[in-house]
Order: sequence, then C-alpha cells, then structure tokens
Amino acid sequence: MKTLKTIMASAVAMSLALGGSAMAEGAKIGMITTLSGGGAGLGVDVRDGFMLAIEQAGRDDVEVVIEDDARKPDLAVQIADKMIQSEKVDILTGIIWSNLAMAVIPSAVAQGKIYVSPNAGPSALAGKGCNANYFNVAWQNDNLHEAMGAYANVAEYTNTFILAPNYPAGQDALNGFKREYRGQLAGEVFTKLGATDYAAEIAQIRDSGADSVFFFLPGGMGIAFMKQYAASGVDLPVMGPAFSFDQGILGAVGDAALGVRNSSQWSKDIDNETNNAFVASFQEKYERLPSLYASQGFDAANLILSALDKADVKDTEAFSAALKEADFKSTRGDFKFGNNNHPIQDIYVREVVKEGDVLTNKILGLALTDHQDAYAEDCPLQ
Amino acid sequence: MSTTLLFEQLLNGLQYGVTLFLMAAGLTLVFGVMGLINLAHGSLYMIGAFACAAVAAATGSFWLGLVASIVAAGFAGVLIEMLVIRRLYDRDHLDQVLATFALILILSEGCRMVFGSFPLYLDTPDFLSGPVTLFGGFQYSAYRLAIILVGGLVALGLYLLITKTRLGIRIRAGEADREMIAALGVNIATLYTIVFAIGAALAGFAGAMMGAIQSVQVGMGEPVLILAFVVIVIGGIGSIKGALIGSILVGVVDTLGRVTLPGFFNLFMDTAAANSVGAALSSMSIYVLMAIILIFKPEGLVSNNA
Repeated sequence: MKTLKTIMASAVAMSLALGGSAMAEGAKIGMITTLSGGGAGLGVDVRDGFMLAIEQAGRDDVEVVIEDDARKPDLAVQIADKMIQSEKVDILTGIIWSNLAMAVIPSAVAQGKIYVSPNAGPSALAGKGCNANYFNVAWQNDNLHEAMGAYANVAEYTNTFILAPNYPAGQDALNGFKREYRGQLAGEVFTKLGATDYAAEIAQIRDSGADSVFFFLPGGMGIAFMKQYAASGVDLPVMGPAFSFDQGILGAVGDAALGVRNSSQWSKDIDNETNNAFVASFQEKYERLPSLYASQGFDAANLILSALDKADVKDTEAFSAALKEADFKSTRGDFKFGNNNHPIQDIYVREVVKEGDVLTNKILGLALTDHQDAYAEDCPLQ
Repeated sequence: MSTTLLFEQLLNGLQYGVTLFLMAAGLTLVFGVMGLINLAHGSLYMIGAFACAAVAAATGSFWLGLVASIVAAGFAGVLIEMLVIRRLYDRDHLDQVLATFALILILSEGCRMVFGSFPLYLDTPDFLSGPVTLFGGFQYSAYRLAIILVGGLVALGLYLLITKTRLGIRIRAGEADREMIAALGVNIATLYTIVFAIGAALAGFAGAMMGAIQSVQVGMGEPVLILAFVVIVIGGIGSIKGALIGSILVGVVDTLGRVTLPGFFNLFMDTAAANSVGAALSSMSIYVLMAIILIFKPEGLVSNNA
C-alpha cells in the first residue's frame, strides 16, 4: 500500500515537472501588519485580501506567517528580526504605516530579504533610498494626493486649505498635493498623529477664507474630522485621498461623507474580469465590501505568486527580476513597475454615494493616467 | 487672528477641558480615596462609547445609548473593582500599574472580539447636529455647546455630592484617614466600590459624548487617559476642584498652542518648517505647562494637604 502511494506521488511529481516551466519551490512569507488597536481595520483588510488570493491560488507550498505589530515601530522591528532569523521567511510584506515601514524595510532588504509593500510607500524608499529587493505594489505615498491636486485644478479651486498629520506619510501627502495643485493655499496645517479633536483646525478653516479643503487623515482621525466638520456649519467642498473615505471608514462617518470627492488607484467598480471576481469573492467570503487596502493585499499576493511561478525564491536576484515583470492580473487593470519598483498606474477620482443603505465610492473619471512618482528619477535602479 | 476666531478657539479649549474633566474627576477620586493608580480608566471610556454606539444602533436613540454608556461603564467598574482592584489596595504602585495595564489589554482585545476591528458608527442626535448662531453672526457646533453645558452641570453635581451629602462626607473622610473611618463603622469596601463605580460611570459618559463626534474604536481611551493624568498632576492629586481647574487649563493651552504656535514660528521661518516645528512644539505645550506648574507648586494647584 505504502509503495503504491509512493509510486503515485512520484508519478504526479514527474508529470508536474515535465508539464511546464513551474518551479513549484514554494515559499515562506512573513506578514507584519496592524491587527489590534486603532488602525486595525486597515491591516485586517490587507490580510484578508492577501489570504484570499493565496487561497484561490490553491497552493499549499506557500506558507504565510502573520503577526500583529499593533502600530508600534519597535514591535514591528522585533517581529521582523524574529521572522528573518528564527522563522527564516523568504519574503516580508504587510506593513500599513510609513513610520513602521521605515523602521523595518531598510534593514530587512539589507539582509537580502524581499519586501513587497501592500500599503506604505514612503518617499525615502522611492528615490535615492530605493532598493532592488523592495517592491511597492500599492503606490508611492504622494501619488493619490498628487491626483487630488490635479483634480483641484480641474474643479477650479484656487484657495485650498490643506491638512495632514505630522509624520512621514503626512508630509508626503501635502507635498504631493502641492506638486500638482496650481492655486493658492489658504492654509497648511500639520496635526498630531492620532489626534481626535479637530475643533481648532476647523475654526482656522472657517477663518481662512478658503474655497475648498483637502485633508489626509487615515483611519479614526478621518472619521472624527468629517463628523466634526459636518457639525461645524463650514460647508466648503471637501476632498482627500481614498484613505479618508475607504470602505472601512464610510460606515462610521455616515451621511456626512456623501458627495465627497476622493482619489484612488482602485475602486470596486473598475470593470475588468479580475476585479469583478475579486469583489464578488471577497464579499462572499468575508460578508463585507472590500476596501482599497483589501485590493492591495490581494494584488500583493498575486504579484508574489506570479514571481514564484517563474523563479526560485532562494535565488534573490532572479526572483526580484520576476517580481519586476509584474506579470499578474491586477484588480486595477493595467499595472507595471517603474525603475524604482513603484507602480506606474492610472489614478481615479471617486465620489461617495449611497447604494441602498450602504455608503460606497463610485468612479467619476481619471485624474492621472500612467502616473509615476516624482522620486523615480533619483533612483539608480534601471 | 481675528477676535471671533480667538473666541471660538477659547470655546473649543473650554469644551475640550470639560471633557477631560469628566475623565480626570474619576481618576483623581480613585487615586485620592483609595491611593490607586488606575491605568484602565481609559478602557472604561472606551466601554462607554461602545455601549452607546451599540445601543444607539439597536434602538435608534442616542439618549438611550447615553444611559447605556453610564450603566455599562458603571457596571464594568463595579466588576473590575470587586474582581481585580480590591486585591491591589495593599500592594505598591508598581503592582497596581502592572495589573491595570493588563486590564487595558484584556478589555481592548475583548472589545475587538465582540465588536470587530472596524470603527462603529455613532452620530449626534439630530437637533444638536448642526451649528447654532451665537452673537455677532458667529456659528458654533451645537453639540459642543451642549458638552460644555453638560460638563458644567456634572462639575456642579460632583461638588454638591462631595460637600453636601453623607456619601460625600465619607469620601472626604476616606481621603483624610481611611483607618479611622473604618474604625468608626463605615463599610470601607462598599465605599471603595461606590467611588470606583462613580469614576467609571463618568468616564463611560465622557466616552459616549466624545464618541459621537470622534470615532468609536478600540484604543480610543488611552490618549485621553494620558491627558487626564497630566490634568490631575497639575490640579493636585485627589482634588476635584484641582481637576476642574487643571482640565480647563490644559484644554485651553493645548487648543491655543495648536493654533498660535505655527503662526508664531512663521514670523521668522518659512511656512513648511514653521508648520512642522509649530506642530511638534504644540503637542509638547501641555507638558511644558505641567513642568512649569510643578516647579512652583510641586503638589499641584490645589493641594489637599494645605
């Protein structure tokens, strides 16, 4: 009996080996993401999107180890060390926040590991600090804000008040907006990261004579801001990147978000086969609508899987070359990497609408086409 | 800066201070009467907010939610006091800090297991959701005005409770000399449970009121807790009056710091640098305030031993 099994197993293995170019070496992936505390919704979405893709691929030779960083840089570094040294993972992924990314990624890639970012894309890692082993499958931090700056020109806003938290991604955000925006600034404010009370800032907006407001406040900060803004009686048009209006947040903001314009590289109504299948299967499995974070997790997993089909993960050079080809079906449609391993992609403007009882986003149009980040030229990679 | 803007910011500072007071009052009572450092006070704030959001979503009434927040946080307070805190009174502060820190982790993760990782929806009642026009055509959020009003009433209520009732006499006596009032036949265990429950209910109430204009999510209590500790250190540990003065001082200084510091640095720096330096310094402003006050008044503004 045992012999029979062995023979059959080797026959299957033979047919696989002869059947195609598949390397089928398998890989161990370490995911460090935020699953508890304030920003947990984002990490949960990335994880769920990622695991959905792994499950759909049906590959049991790919092992994913998931750990919670609780949004703490020191904890993220500890987990990364453990994953690299004792669990011997081949690829790291999962970090949501740019300050955590800056604490983990440079040392991980220096140790020869591959890092595929499903979210954070700090500018410091896109320009001179780019690395052949670091890939960002979501965006460079500035991108969505640049799109909103471009949209502000189209909407003919000339005096915008801009607002972001005081941390790397917040500074990238306002720089990104200003890069494309041609009008004047009515004011520019950095708030404390994690702040929940925006009365003082809203009073400044009211007093500034602005004709529109742009803000980047991810997670709970955006919820607090939108509710307080709606109650304050200031009725200037509001715009922001998708992070302030993603699916996980809209329910908590409520009708105060209706009609707000926001920019995103992904939306659930992008009409292509991959995306339609992704939205349907995500909804079926998790009983909620996917957010852009979920789509990023899904794309990150599919990117890694596509490279695993082409190269052995132990051969870092060949594997990162396979990643760079970006030969996978993205939920966004067209997708390719620039020289600095950051995406070149279309960015859309969306509007918050109500579908039945559920608040969600609908695409209005393209803000930027085949957009690449501004730091790519400083990156020595080809 | 125009006068209306300054006035609006003062109102914002006052409103912020009043909310801090609801947190700090409970914290300072518990510390003053029982000598206990309770880090889990922020979790009670969170429990209040979640209870309010859950009940408001189920019944459609914010007011029922508000009642639920007080009941839930008060009840959680009684449970926590009887199961955990009671064993800590005779231990040193390090044990108390460790145990109540563990409570933060347990309650946060418990909340996440029950309600999920995504923020809950909780909105202000309809008639308070818009702005009201104050004198001179200047608009202010009705809900924030209501918070100032309610906070003032709670402060008055606490003052009457402490100075005019039998319970208040026992609380003050407990602060002054706990062996003596135990010897006089007061059931000190019950008194402690009641004081802890009052503090918890106030924190839950604050959580529900702030949850309606902020976001109801796991971990929402800890940032407020840190500020509440600053407040009671400034005000003088154990003093309700000190907590009131301290919280309004902190609220106003924090708000005005956020508004004025970037402008101040802009006088001699370029805008981008002034914004980040101003933002960084304004988040330190209340700690600078605390340091200055402690230099001149090491026991806080209102000292119990005076």
